[in-house]
Amino acid sequence: MKIRNYWNLRDWGAGIWERSGRPARVLIAVTTIFLVGLLPFAGASFLATPIAAYDAVLVYPVAVFVLMALGLNIVVGKSGLLDLGFVAFFAIGAYTMAIMGTTTGLNTWQIMPFGIAFAMIAGVVLGLPSLRLRGDYLAIVTLGFGEIVRLVLLNSSWSNGPNGIANVPMPPDIGPLKFKLDDQKVFFWVVLVMILLTIWMIRRLSVRRPGRAWEAIRQDEDAAELMGVPTLKYKLWSFSLGAAVGGAAGVLYASKNLFIAPEMFTLNVSILILACVVFGGIGNIWGVVIGAMILGYLPDRIRFISDARLLVFGLVLVIVMNFRPDGLLPRKKREKAVVKRGVNA
Amino acid sequence: MFAVLIDQFWALTIAGLALGFIYVLISLGYTMVYGVLRMINFANSEIFMWGTFGTVITSRDIFHYTQVSEPETGFKLALVLFSSLLMSMLVAGLTAVFVEFVAYRRLRMRGTNRLATLISAIGISIVLSEIMRLLTDSRPVGSPRILEKTILTEIWGANIRLDTVITIFAAAIIYVILERFVKLSRMGKAIRAVSMNEDAAKLMGVNLNRVITATFLVGGLATGAAGFFYITVFEYTKFNIGFTMGLAAFTAAVIGGIGNIRGAFYGGLALGLLEVYASAVLGTQWKAVTVFVVLVLVLLFKPNGLFGEAVQTTRA
Repeated sequence: MKIRNYWNLRDWGAGIWERSGRPARVLIAVTTIFLVGLLPFAGASFLATPIAAYDAVLVYPVAVFVLMALGLNIVVGKSGLLDLGFVAFFAIGAYTMAIMGTTTGLNTWQIMPFGIAFAMIAGVVLGLPSLRLRGDYLAIVTLGFGEIVRLVLLNSSWSNGPNGIANVPMPPDIGPLKFKLDDQKVFFWVVLVMILLTIWMIRRLSVRRPGRAWEAIRQDEDAAELMGVPTLKYKLWSFSLGAAVGGAAGVLYASKNLFIAPEMFTLNVSILILACVVFGGIGNIWGVVIGAMILGYLPDRIRFISDARLLVFGLVLVIVMNFRPDGLLPRKKREKAVVKRGVNA
Repeated sequence: MFAVLIDQFWALTIAGLALGFIYVLISLGYTMVYGVLRMINFANSEIFMWGTFGTVITSRDIFHYTQVSEPETGFKLALVLFSSLLMSMLVAGLTAVFVEFVAYRRLRMRGTNRLATLISAIGISIVLSEIMRLLTDSRPVGSPRILEKTILTEIWGANIRLDTVITIFAAAIIYVILERFVKLSRMGKAIRAVSMNEDAAKLMGVNLNRVITATFLVGGLATGAAGFFYITVFEYTKFNIGFTMGLAAFTAAVIGGIGNIRGAFYGGLALGLLEVYASAVLGTQWKAVTVFVVLVLVLLFKPNGLFGEAVQTTRA
């Protein structure tokens, strides 16, 4: 008799998915999306956040964190490049929205492609010189890049310096769906659609050439290069795709928040998003989604211990990492890179 | 633009050296741990912050000085300063050992991935800074002025202040002691052996756990000393000062070649001078940008830092 490990949620979930036929899969997916789409209506239940408005928390941080964590997961999880400056792309998206939204007549959806494009360009500009570096050094250079972007925004007049940019326009209504400040359900649904698109993109890419190239680069970059994988090209792609997702999140965030300032884009955000990825299970889409949901939601849920909530947050990080180093929902074992011991490990 | 720099060159240089020596000591905390574990000790910035509180506690709570006390002189002054220094080093050293025990040890024993350790270290640094924020009510804490900042002499138009002189000389002495310790003592030898090849060192009978604890302790002591000098020069502290100082010191360690003690020395001084000159030429607000641009340039052209890593390895 086979002993089942009831705690292995990943294999349990994957098992159900693999055993179902196409109609069952469609049913599962549609039901899940429908249930998640209903989340903003669950404000009266135990999910309610004590101080912040529940539907607002659901948009930012929860949904936006999920989106950004998925973007960062392309870089850190799929191709194994440690990026500590992810917030830069978020900031570039947000400032594109803020500046173009206040100076030109374009609306959020028309600015979105610009935000994504600028973030991708920034990804390439950062990636071209720095992707020659590896491991920790790449982490440091990206960290430096994130800080440079923030400091330039802080000290330049075109970005209105530390005062930030106010009166960023809201997105125009989509048919009967109206964007309102006091009722952010529609924002949540928009981010949900963006999340689904991102998941779809990652899943498609993962089973195709880029996904295999990233996997090879993550496991052993030298071997990949020797096997003829154009590593720099695919690393750049992974960087700029991650940046694109971050930029899109930034555009929406600026349009939702109506006001942005450089202090919203500190290193802490990069670290928090990275924590979401590692906490949930690096490289595994569902792990990352769950990690980002928990880490985005937790600080607001435990606001009743108001002052100590960040302390608890830190403790949770330490404890979970010590007892589940591969995250809550780790990727499958066969996908794990061989851990090199010794000086390189 | 450059007129300020030329005008006040010597004054700036001395201020830069004092800041540089503070960076040198903090960078030691990063570089020692990196040399042994090949991991960035993210919590070092908070260890530094706790170190600054060691000095404040000594002068304010043990010797009962207040903001309005007269500055001390003579033997009493030396006693207060010295015990503050020891207290800062002790607090930071113990904090560093605590960090290793809570955030690193279990993960290291299991030999798991580096990212988990990184997040665990980030978690513990959030915990450390939040504890201090709650204890101080998020307010900056001023330190009583024990040392009168007399102007000793004037060289080439630059005022030489007592606190900068003490900082420069005392920090240099502490650096030399630590460097000699790593170079000559038995434990220092073990630390270097582990940083060269962990497995070989283990086979030669080096007690790995003890060496790693010692490394964190020594790094913490250096970082704590930096906390004391920071208070001597700037006379205030806050729960979040660690971040900026830590980032700068870390940059210094990387510029010099992380894992390399001598690299931390030159990197720290270079960064201190660079920051002060850049503030004079471009304005304070561009200081950090200059630092990061230099960091990126150094890494692009000399990826192992100016002085290389202590152990030359191809990094994967």
